[in-house]
Amino acid sequence: MKTSVIVFPASNCDRDAAVALEQATGKPPAMVWHAETDLPDTDLVVLPGGFSYGDYLRSGAMAARSPIMRSVVEKAKAGTPVIGICNGFQILTEAGLLPGALLRNAGLNFVCRTVTLKVENNQSIFASAFEKGQTVDFPVAHHDGNYFADKETLDRLESEGRIVFRYVDNPNGSARDIAGIMNDAGNVLGLMPHPERVISPLLGGVDGALFFKGLVEAAAR
Amino acid sequence: MKARITVTLKSGVLDPQGKAIEGALHGLGFADAADVRQGKIIEMKLDETNETAARARVEDMCRKLLANPVMENYSIEISA
Repeated sequence: MKTSVIVFPASNCDRDAAVALEQATGKPPAMVWHAETDLPDTDLVVLPGGFSYGDYLRSGAMAARSPIMRSVVEKAKAGTPVIGICNGFQILTEAGLLPGALLRNAGLNFVCRTVTLKVENNQSIFASAFEKGQTVDFPVAHHDGNYFADKETLDRLESEGRIVFRYVDNPNGSARDIAGIMNDAGNVLGLMPHPERVISPLLGGVDGALFFKGLVEAAAR
Repeated sequence: MKARITVTLKSGVLDPQGKAIEGALHGLGFADAADVRQGKIIEMKLDETNETAARARVEDMCRKLLANPVMENYSIEISA
C-alpha cells in the first residue's frame, strides 16, 4: 500500500504521521510539499496536524487553497481514502471535503491532554478495527477544535452514521461531542485527536497503532 | 479603488474571544459592555476603477477565501 503525507509550512505532526504509516504499511510514505501540484500514485493521503500558515485568517484556510489541495480534492472525489488529523481536519472543512467548521475552543484554552473517544460507527474503513461503542484513548492538542455546523447538517451526520468518534468528556465545546466525522461517500475522515501520537507503549498507548493498522487493512481490501 | 471588508462571526456562533474581552471590560469598570463580539477587517487596493465591478470582485474573494460562510458574515465597503 502506497501512502502520502502532505507537508504544509508549519505542519508539525507530519513526521509522526509518517512513522505511524510506516509502522502500519512497512513502507515510508511519500512526503509531499504543499507547493507540488500532483500527488504521487497513492492509496491513502494524510493531512497532518500542525499550525499551517500560522493559522492565519482561519485555521486551515490558507492550506486548503495550497496548490497540492486541488489534486487531493480530485483524489478524494475519485474515492481515494483521505484523513485529516487536527489541523488536517480544519483543512478538510475549509476545502469543502467535509461539512461544518472548527471554531475556537469554547473554554478559550488550548487543550492538550489525552481524551477518551467512543467509537460511534465502525462500518467504514476508518474504525473497522474497533467495536461499535468501545472507547479508545487519543491525545488532543488544539485551540480550534470546537466543531460547528447548523442543526440540519448535524442531524444529517447523525442519521447517516457519519459521526465516527465522539468525545466521552467534551474538551472543547464541540457540537454533539463530535471528535471525528466522515464524508457521505465514506472515504474522507476528519479527526481532531491524534492517533499517530499513540502508536507504541513507549508513547503512552497503542490505540493509534490499531487505528492505522485497521485503516490500512480496510483500505487495501 | 480601495476595499474594506469586515468579517464577523454569525449571530449564534459562540465567540469566546468576545466573551473574554467583555469580561476584561467588566473588570475595568465598563459594566455596561454587553454582547461583545470580535471580528476582523481586511483592507486592500484594487486596479479596478468601476465601483460595481470592484465590489463584485471582492465578493468573489470573500466567497473563495476571505470569509467562511459556515460561521461568518461579511460586509464590503468600496471607496475611491
